[in-house]
Amino acid sequence: MENSEKTELVLLACGSFNPITNMHLRLFELAKDYMNGTGKYKVIKGIISPVGDAYKKKGLISAHHRVFMAQLATKNSEWVEVDTWESLQKEWVETAKVLRIWITSATCCKDLWEMCLGHHQEKLEASSCGNEQGSPVLERPGRKRKWAEQRQDFSQKKSLEPKTKGVPKVKLLCGADLLESFGVPNLWKSEDITQIVRDYGLICITRAGNDAQKFIYESDVLWKYQNNIHLVNEWITNDISSTKIRQALRRGQSIRYLVPDLVQEYIEKHDLYTSESEERNVGVILAPLQRNMAEANS
Amino acid sequence: MKSRIPVVLLACGSFNPITNMHLRLFEVARDHLHQTGMYQVIAGIISPVNDKYGKKDLVAARHRVAMARLALQTSDWIRVDPWESEQVQWLETVKVLRHHHRELLRSLPQKEGLDRGKAHPAAPTAVPELKLLCGADVLKTFQTPNLWKDAHIQEIVEKFGLVCVGRAGHDAERYILGLPILQKYQHNIHLAREPVQNEISATYIRRALSQGQSVKYLLPDAVIAYIKDHNLYTKDSSWKDNNT
Repeated sequence: MENSEKTELVLLACGSFNPITNMHLRLFELAKDYMNGTGKYKVIKGIISPVGDAYKKKGLISAHHRVFMAQLATKNSEWVEVDTWESLQKEWVETAKVLRIWITSATCCKDLWEMCLGHHQEKLEASSCGNEQGSPVLERPGRKRKWAEQRQDFSQKKSLEPKTKGVPKVKLLCGADLLESFGVPNLWKSEDITQIVRDYGLICITRAGNDAQKFIYESDVLWKYQNNIHLVNEWITNDISSTKIRQALRRGQSIRYLVPDLVQEYIEKHDLYTSESEERNVGVILAPLQRNMAEANS
Repeated sequence: MKSRIPVVLLACGSFNPITNMHLRLFEVARDHLHQTGMYQVIAGIISPVNDKYGKKDLVAARHRVAMARLALQTSDWIRVDPWESEQVQWLETVKVLRHHHRELLRSLPQKEGLDRGKAHPAAPTAVPELKLLCGADVLKTFQTPNLWKDAHIQEIVEKFGLVCVGRAGHDAERYILGLPILQKYQHNIHLAREPVQNEISATYIRRALSQGQSVKYLLPDAVIAYIKDHNLYTKDSSWKDNNT
């Protein structure tokens, strides 16, 4: 299939990234190889969207650190970068909403989308697209914030034109743990799960393919949209969980070669993960649980 | 307060290519030894095997050494030593240990005449201990017939010592129990546990590379760039088996 016939694809990964690790970064590489390998897709961008502090997860340190570490980690990547919009919101934002916002803004302003993807560098300098300085390239932190604010504006506008052919698809990239978290009561709205798998799609990197397949089999909605759930096998067991990283740091153990060097240096410089930081949000209910339970009771 | 014994860690292997997992071995081993309170790790050495080892798909030593050097650019305590790879023939691991031990002794500061005329000499500088660093899989290979000479295994565990990094303690402990010579010197075999399951095998890396798949974040970027620049591990560059 020629390049022009392939569907352009953006991979969006939501999560705490507390901190980002080599495993997170591997997810993108594995997903890209897999989706490109089907011959039907061309992966053009990877987006890391760290969750906001309002998520209230235990041990979650300040968003600006988590964002900065992710930016350091993707400094040498040609296609993966960090989006700060979600992390800047005062309230926690459902993953489905993050996806919706991406799709809406991509749909209603194709020019902005293309500039975002760096397709038209010249347009970047020249056009303003409603902004005084011209649209930012998603390279430097300051510029990224500007882009994020713009996108928020666009998402509130109505769609200016019908979905154009050239708009890439966005799929949610995750590990098997996220897939299986669909089963946790009150963590996800069922309509959100449906929308994610029906309208967008999931790329799930998993070590034990059988467990993930079984989980899909046992869920009616996942089963219905199974063609939109891509399971990618991770042959190299790479169990670098952020939890273990934080534990190693508390114990004074080395995390070198588990996270990018720049991230390790940053953590050390700012003494980010301690026993105190791990106690953050203890006793606080996780934002999605709180919200969904409240809505259920209202 | 009893002072710590200085230790140098030596890792022998193909390093074909070097990966983040190899580098982790050093970090985990160092943390483990420090945590015992008895040791102070002062240096790490990576010694890539000689081309004459004859392992399938082994790329030229100069490349393997260069890649290790690139990987260690940002390390302040681990270095690569090409001595083993530069020898005319393949060397048993124990000979590499002996060589580096000699070098270690040679590099110690000589204290001369500090206490001229006094009855007792100045306190000697603590002699660093050289230990072989390996994964649990290497421990297992001690059982493989004819792979190791018995006398060598004994010398390694008796005279030098082993630091063995594994995930669950069970495998390594089992291998030790399986060989009487290991059991006898188990006090000189340190089992370090790597809490993060991390099976970045170089074999997988080579396969991924030959299939054009990404290995980013499994090895240092500089090593990946080198592999690309020198066209290593591609589908076309399959190396013939050398006869030992």
